[in-house]
Amino acid sequence: MGMTMSQKILAAHAGLDKVEAGQLVLVNLDRVLGNDVTSPVAIKEFNKMGVKDVYDKTKVTMVMDHFTPNKDIKAAIQTKTCRDFCNELSIVNFFDVGRMGIEHALLPEKGLVVSGDVVIGADSHTCTYGALGAFSTGVGSTDMACGMATGKAWFKVPSAIKIVLTGEMPEYVSGKDVILHIIGKIGVDGALYKSMEYTGEGVKNLTMADRLTITNMAIEAGAKNGIFPVDEVTLQYIKEHSDREPVVYEADEDAVYDEVLEVNLSELRPTVAFPHLPENTRTIDEVGEVVIDQVVIGSCTNGLYKDIKEAADIIRGHKIADNVRAIIIPATQDIYLRLMKEGLLADFIEAGCVVSTPTCGPCLGGHMGILAKGERAVATTNRNFVGRMGDPESEVYLASPAVAAASAIAGKIAAPWEVK
Amino acid sequence: MIRTGKVVKYGDNVDTDVIIPARYLTTGDPKELAVHCMEDIDLDFHNKVEDGDIMVAGYNFGCGSSREHAPISIKASGISIVIAKSFARIFYRNSINIGLAIVECPEAVDKISEGDKVSVDLDTGVITDETTGEKFQAEPFPEFIQQIITNGGLVESIKAGII
Repeated sequence: MGMTMSQKILAAHAGLDKVEAGQLVLVNLDRVLGNDVTSPVAIKEFNKMGVKDVYDKTKVTMVMDHFTPNKDIKAAIQTKTCRDFCNELSIVNFFDVGRMGIEHALLPEKGLVVSGDVVIGADSHTCTYGALGAFSTGVGSTDMACGMATGKAWFKVPSAIKIVLTGEMPEYVSGKDVILHIIGKIGVDGALYKSMEYTGEGVKNLTMADRLTITNMAIEAGAKNGIFPVDEVTLQYIKEHSDREPVVYEADEDAVYDEVLEVNLSELRPTVAFPHLPENTRTIDEVGEVVIDQVVIGSCTNGLYKDIKEAADIIRGHKIADNVRAIIIPATQDIYLRLMKEGLLADFIEAGCVVSTPTCGPCLGGHMGILAKGERAVATTNRNFVGRMGDPESEVYLASPAVAAASAIAGKIAAPWEVK
Repeated sequence: MIRTGKVVKYGDNVDTDVIIPARYLTTGDPKELAVHCMEDIDLDFHNKVEDGDIMVAGYNFGCGSSREHAPISIKASGISIVIAKSFARIFYRNSINIGLAIVECPEAVDKISEGDKVSVDLDTGVITDETTGEKFQAEPFPEFIQQIITNGGLVESIKAGII
């Protein structure tokens, strides 16, 4: 019986020739990540352990992205805790305001994750790096603390769902629609404890940005990780961003999967997840009249250059509807700078949008765009749980950058072709 | 070890954003977090919950964010164990790591009602609804996981030399 791609990476990092689903393994970690919310708790636990130093000063990574620039005094104390810890231990990859970006956009951009890595992060969207052919998964602060101290983490080897992609996405369909479609099919616990392993001839038609969006939301189906095979697109991306050599693992031909799901990309429509679960999906043709108050375009799910550019191409030359506040959040400083140099920030501002410094901010109801009772937002973010973006009686509709941009112009959920 | 208490009950897919909303994540202090635990779906939770009470919920409990603040806030509220039909994987891991007792038992969740007095034997996995007299069998944790939980979590267990 063969191994899945995820199983092969775990086996190699556990020093084993073979693992099977359900087996407990202790693996070596290529990177241990935390942010300004989860790291302070991890630092507290790390100090309790009585350990003097981290296992590797280049592999422990902290990104100040959730409540930054510090939204209040308590947030300032949290980032200071991280800053002081990293300074004291000379941790190389500490990313503060001015150098930071949203962590899961920043790490690939900085070349800190390559194919074949095992990464844990005290942030549930750490599963994003599967797009690069790495095994990466979210953990809590205590696991982060133990990872920082020992460079190891234990895992139960996951079984997998094989997702076979065919065809090519039509115009105005992107990675977000692919993952919302899949979560709509299998549900928010449809991949609980499992890997979501993508394959098929359709993979080559997906850009790295699309793949990063798709693996980012693996956790929204309950998965341990999502992962793409390594191809020319992956290798080219890594070559452009990293000095490190990728290690390529492939699933065995006789790997066993719990189930196989086929997705024909050419049949997909722009898709929206209605409150209050990412599985409550409808195609754009089924949404009806949903008047909105706010649009957020950004986050670790959809804050990359390609995402923001798609939104700019729709918004350019239009005005945002009077009833809408449109908030654009490029995910990293490099993306922000590129958008500025190419004149896209001007397009947004002339249309009546605001453009924010990189932050997770409104996605998790932190700051920079909180909703009042009864308000509705269309967001390119990843969760639409009760109270996620503000008041427990507010609503979040998850969509692609193209649909969010069109909705900002129309003042209600709209298809991109409706506002051309 | 036996945990006994009165039941507070919720549905499926209780996510970590409602267990502890992100607006309160500017602290890691368990007591401060406990004040806001569950408030977005149960405003009264903090006032009505008593030490030893048992939380019962449906499928995929603790889905969403990896915030360890979620099990920390439940534990600091006085909840002695969470019985659910299933747990989201990061929450499951975090609960063991911080020493919050959890157990999966779909049948018990279906039969137990809000306000019932329930006891759970962590060694045998037997759940008893003392109000109705019904008993349910859950899979108990292996001994070393139980020891982590009863010692207050992974770090405390490492310090105590248990693992």
